[in-house]
Amino acid sequence: MRNISSDTIENAVYRLAEEACLHLIPSCRTALEKAAKTEESESARFALDTLLQNEKTAGAEKMAVCQDTGYAVILAKIGQDVHIEGKLFSDAVNDGVRRAYEDFYFRKSVCDPITRANTADNTPAAVHTEIVEGDKIELTFLPKGFGSENMSRLYMLTPAKGVQGIIDAIVETVRLAGSKPCPPIYVGVGIGGTFDTCAFLAKKALTREVGSRNPRADVAKIEEAALEKINALGIGPQGFGGKTTAIGVSCELAPTHIAGLPVAVNIQCHCVRCAKSVI
Amino acid sequence: MKKVKLPLTDEEIQNLKAGEGVLLSGSILTGRDCAHKRICEYLDRGEKLPFDLGGETIYYAGPCPAPEGKACGSCGPTTSARMDSFAPRLLDLGLKGMIGKGERSDEVERAIVRCHAVYFAAIGGAGALYGNAIKKSELIAFPDLLSEAVYRFEIEDFPCVVAIDCTGGNIYKKT
Repeated sequence: MRNISSDTIENAVYRLAEEACLHLIPSCRTALEKAAKTEESESARFALDTLLQNEKTAGAEKMAVCQDTGYAVILAKIGQDVHIEGKLFSDAVNDGVRRAYEDFYFRKSVCDPITRANTADNTPAAVHTEIVEGDKIELTFLPKGFGSENMSRLYMLTPAKGVQGIIDAIVETVRLAGSKPCPPIYVGVGIGGTFDTCAFLAKKALTREVGSRNPRADVAKIEEAALEKINALGIGPQGFGGKTTAIGVSCELAPTHIAGLPVAVNIQCHCVRCAKSVI
Repeated sequence: MKKVKLPLTDEEIQNLKAGEGVLLSGSILTGRDCAHKRICEYLDRGEKLPFDLGGETIYYAGPCPAPEGKACGSCGPTTSARMDSFAPRLLDLGLKGMIGKGERSDEVERAIVRCHAVYFAAIGGAGALYGNAIKKSELIAFPDLLSEAVYRFEIEDFPCVVAIDCTGGNIYKKT
């Protein structure tokens, strides 16, 4: 048994929020740099060059890369030999979010779904916990912008649709999103599970490095095939037309029911921000 | 890139062509989801708006708070399509320019042509760069909406692309 103070968790969340909102993850930056070299049209190159310049400005000025500092999504793997002392885990996370969004001048974007009244401190966070072996806590902070979240979809396919059905669902989601989610996008896909766990798998897929491949060869093939078809759509950076509509597709998988084939497609804009730490 | 002064003149609008890069400087208003809803509620009630839209350019944006020594925090464009159901009404009131990101509905495109207006695409995600180009910021209406309130910004060399011009030229509908 290892004791971890809730203050340690709060401070870790605070630092992760800062790190995540001020920078792109390196694999995203590399993908944008590569895209800037391959695009031919002036507007597509202008869009990508502006984004690369923006990240430099954000770092130098300590300003959020994107003003949509997102709904704070926290994925926590909690070792079952950990004992948390002090506050409730989710309260510690929310306190870390609240302090970070105030101290670092991040936008508070969370509101009541009906009255639209802003909670004014960007809480509550979406907290997903998983109990794992060991005596550590692994935290992943994903500030999720909603321009792209809004364009995400969930399909309950029939098993007969198979691999082709999965690829078609991914490509259709991106086609319907068009220029709205800030392309070039990063596409997180959940395959299998239930209605709810499938959507979570799609979110989890977005915490992977851009360009990484699922270790299962058949799933990696789906990622590659979907990416190729997406980039043949021609939507391009910011929807100005071009070769780069997506910088990556990541699929995560879980067993599902014999009667179904759930596919969740969670869209992330080109501003891939994610920070991780282990306590 | 071509430099464009705001507020826009009819002649300037006439010369803007879809696909061309521009650097915008001058005065703009901000307004996004909640502000648009509220503007239309004022109009529905037949009340006078707390600000005049005539000749203005509206930026679909909700800024991060301003750090010390800056006029504004990170402030890139939000998805314009969410304002599509409100935009024609604002254009009919004399709004001349819109700055946002992403495609617009056919109805908005027609209203842009009818009202001799223009839609600029800013680069979505470039919040720090745009925030830095905002030199002055003043809260002018709906303070309870926090980041969704209406601000007046003075901007300098705001990089945009003309997305829909006054003749209906549309960068998102290129073949």
